Amino acid sequence: MSRRQSYDGVVVTAPFSTPYQRYSTQTAHYWLARALKGTLDAAGLRKDGIDGLSVASFTLFPDSPVGLSQHLGVTLRWLDSIPMGGASGVVALRRAARAVQAGDAEIVACLAGDTNHIDSFRKLLSSFSRFAMDAAYPYGYGGPNSMFALLTDRYMQEYGATREDFGRIAVAQRDNALRNPNALMKKPLSLEDYLEARPISDPIALFDCVMPCAGAEAFLVMSEEEAVKRGLPFARVAGTIERHNAFPDDPIQLRGGWAVDVEDLWSMAGMKPADMDLVQTYDDYPVISMMQFEDLGFCGKGEAPAFLRDRDLTVTGDLPHNTSGGQLSAGQAGAAGGFLGMVEALRQVTRNAGPTQVADAKHALVSGFGMINYDRGLCSGAAILTGESA
Amino acid sequence: MNALTQMATALTSGEIEVVDLTHTLDPDFPVIILPPEFGQCARFRMEEVSAYDHRGPAWKWHNISMSEHTGTHFDAPVHWVSGRDVANGAVDEIPTEAFIGPVCVIDCSEGAAQDDDFELTPEIIDEWEATNGRIPEDTWVLMRTDWSKRRGADYLNMREDGPHSPGPTPEAIRLLVEERGIRGFGTETVGTDAGQGMHYAPPYPAHYILHGNGRYGLQCLTGLDRLPATGAMLICPPLKIRNGTGSPLRVLALVPKGTS
Amino acid sequence: MTDPLARPPKKNPQKVQTVPVLPPAFRSRAAMGLTAAAAEGRFKLQHCAECGAVQYPPRDACVSCLGLELLWKDTDPVGELIADTVVHTSPNLYFRRQAPWRCGTVRLNAGPSIFCHVHGDCLKGSDVRLLSRLDRAGQGVLIAIPKETTPNMADDPELRELGADPKHRRVLITDGRQPGAPALAKALLDAGAMTVFVGEGETWRPYPERSALEKMDGVHLMPLDLTDTSSVVELAGEIGGKVDILINNARFMRPGGVLARGDTAFARDEMEVNYLGLMRLAQAFGPGMKARGADGINNAAAWVNILSINAIANDPAYGSFNASQAAALSLAQSLRAELRPGGVKVMTVFCGPTDDDWYQDVPPPKLLPGAVARSVVQGLRDGVEDVWCGDVAKDYAERWRQDPRVLERELAGDMG
Repeated sequence: MSRRQSYDGVVVTAPFSTPYQRYSTQTAHYWLARALKGTLDAAGLRKDGIDGLSVASFTLFPDSPVGLSQHLGVTLRWLDSIPMGGASGVVALRRAARAVQAGDAEIVACLAGDTNHIDSFRKLLSSFSRFAMDAAYPYGYGGPNSMFALLTDRYMQEYGATREDFGRIAVAQRDNALRNPNALMKKPLSLEDYLEARPISDPIALFDCVMPCAGAEAFLVMSEEEAVKRGLPFARVAGTIERHNAFPDDPIQLRGGWAVDVEDLWSMAGMKPADMDLVQTYDDYPVISMMQFEDLGFCGKGEAPAFLRDRDLTVTGDLPHNTSGGQLSAGQAGAAGGFLGMVEALRQVTRNAGPTQVADAKHALVSGFGMINYDRGLCSGAAILTGESA
Repeated sequence: MNALTQMATALTSGEIEVVDLTHTLDPDFPVIILPPEFGQCARFRMEEVSAYDHRGPAWKWHNISMSEHTGTHFDAPVHWVSGRDVANGAVDEIPTEAFIGPVCVIDCSEGAAQDDDFELTPEIIDEWEATNGRIPEDTWVLMRTDWSKRRGADYLNMREDGPHSPGPTPEAIRLLVEERGIRGFGTETVGTDAGQGMHYAPPYPAHYILHGNGRYGLQCLTGLDRLPATGAMLICPPLKIRNGTGSPLRVLALVPKGTS
Repeated sequence: MTDPLARPPKKNPQKVQTVPVLPPAFRSRAAMGLTAAAAEGRFKLQHCAECGAVQYPPRDACVSCLGLELLWKDTDPVGELIADTVVHTSPNLYFRRQAPWRCGTVRLNAGPSIFCHVHGDCLKGSDVRLLSRLDRAGQGVLIAIPKETTPNMADDPELRELGADPKHRRVLITDGRQPGAPALAKALLDAGAMTVFVGEGETWRPYPERSALEKMDGVHLMPLDLTDTSSVVELAGEIGGKVDILINNARFMRPGGVLARGDTAFARDEMEVNYLGLMRLAQAFGPGMKARGADGINNAAAWVNILSINAIANDPAYGSFNASQAAALSLAQSLRAELRPGGVKVMTVFCGPTDDDWYQDVPPPKLLPGAVARSVVQGLRDGVEDVWCGDVAKDYAERWRQDPRVLERELAGDMG
């Protein structure tokens, strides 16, 4: 039994994703406004209908979410900024849910989004973190690609994973993306294409990497009462975990913070991995998805290659995974990458996923991972969403 | 017509020729080398101040620096310890009449070609006078060696035991100063004394005797081969430097046509 | 093993000059400690004064005990290469040009894991040794090299990029008249320098070193007088485009401080040669070298000044000369900053008393020309900024670090 208080009475609703664009001349403000409008429209709300706002964005500079509140003309009694990249979806949900549960806010809009100018990825990298500036960029300046190349290399040495194993994840996600009209990647990807792709930072090649783009994602957190009153399809939050800077003494990252909290997650939810109808991992690189399957209890450490080899990860498969195509095939719109799985899972369990809908989806695991401060991702989190019919 | 107008006419007509006895001031022109622990003679140096550019758009000019004894130069009596108390011994005090006057040229070029340490002796002076007549009082005497035609290391001609270049013996310089009463003595070498002049008694006799007697020196002259043995006029005004011991200068000679 | 570096081909005159670009140069203040250590070629990391934990990346508080006193200390440089990658694409112009570039993670015996450059001969899973080096941006970086020497090890492109190895480079030694010039020229030729130009001033004045220099294959004597602007400009016009390493060994010195001398004549000569000479050289050769920082295998790589150790603390027996050395050192700092955009390093070789006429009444130990030459070559290979040549220089540097004021008094003979 978990010692933790449940999220009873709080629900998630009104998922909204903007289409993604490879490059945009617009600003983060534009993309976040578009996402706010989208989620409000989905709930039939005007902007004065919300009193809480949670924002995750890397390209809002020089503004913070405070500046954004004036920019967008929203009056708030609860405001949060989530600078946690790939973990921002789970973290935003956790905090907003507790705020609503405690009555500090009635309706919280959670937004994540970024623009992508030509050259903005390079500029973003150059000011990402102090450790990265001091101890990562001066060494080949491969950005996150090199860091993930190293831990992929180590993972392969340690557990005997092959590039084919990683490739299967990417190929399945591309299949899923072909169903998602918002996905940037429109062409099918074969395992051969994957293996023959141009090297980026060995053993990472082109299709191990996400495509930086512009876009935004949003959802609302409110009381169940409120959602019912408005007739909104919603999901409940069965369990969540969050962890930062786990296992700092590991010489190289082969596990994430999930491994610390995995039991807490399942016990809070009263479920087990096999109960999940779909899984949304944070897939900035396939190796990280593998680690999540391991660290979240789907298989033992180092067993993910074998575990996944026997599974079909497509929308119609036995373990639907990253059903919108994930970041690898839909694109990574900055901090919105941390919301992609959450918003998609919300659509899935509320049966609103359209062409990517997994049949009878009730329970979804959403996992987040973010902030390559130096040599590893520091933030991890996970949440289990349950459809209202469940 | 006074003498000057006659001279002007002669200059215009070319009856009198003007001969330049000066080396170009050049950073790479040799200067006298003393043992390193002594103070040294500054080389000629030139730094651009502007050249029609951002440092001065419409003009070009240089700052120059050098010793009083750099290049073709004048030695005043106060240059030497023997002349320290001579009246009017600094370049700014010397009566201007001294800077223009008749000049005798003793040709030692043949001897100097044979012997780097060739000496100008009383005998050579006697021989010269036998041909050209007695050296008049208050005259400039120049020792021609064609040394000015030497280039590079051959000019100072430094060896382990110091420089080797021609110059006057103490007896010769004494004869010129004490018996002939010359105004000054000039050479084509880097000093009025021979390269090995420190080994005479007194050391550096030309410097010692000339300046001790209030006479002047000229060195690093060039073009002496264009002067007649007698009959030319030397013009050698140094810069008017307060308490100056010498000065770089432009040395000219006026030479009757056909004798240069 | 590393492929031996081939002698660079002659330049294609129709090709546009490759513009120097630099690796990322921004660092936190704490991380500058790595640069300071690399400038001396020392592998140092932060150690917590309280608990001894070794930190990396550089921090402001101990990762282990939150202690606030973190000391940069020499550290065991050995560790295991546990992962590696070869970067093929980078958004950074420098690494884009340098690609493919090998990097990796070394688990240091001293504790932390370090992401670093990796020499091509390092084997994954094997022990490696970390070196601190200055990169082209002049910042401290770490590179893993094999624990044991491998054939042609210095020719590894990453290691070469982090140094200024004389091999296949063209060198100008500015003053052939210095007693150490022949030994220096020989050491550079032995180190594989393609050409050694040696400047000589006042060719009308013979000097004993000339005959030794004339005999060396690969040495070209060139007229150069640092006190004469026109001479410096003329030589730069002639060979400025092919000086990859400039070694300024010119020195004018006379004994004496301020009062005994009684005039400024020697002081002026000292400044003319030691300070203004450096400035003239820099103005004439600096811009060309800065522009040629990325010019292939024999790119412009380093500027070396050979100075007295008393540039950092004055010994009044040579007080005036030492002031000129301090001036030159300060000017070299400016030059270092000004050449940095070209990726050209500025190195100072600090010498104790040299075994020559001007230090004849100074007791031993004194530096022989060969020792200075070896220091210059090693310093170039290591790409450092400061070389302490000889025991006296090392001793002074250590005492200077401990307390400059005490050293000042010691040099003045105020202590027993």
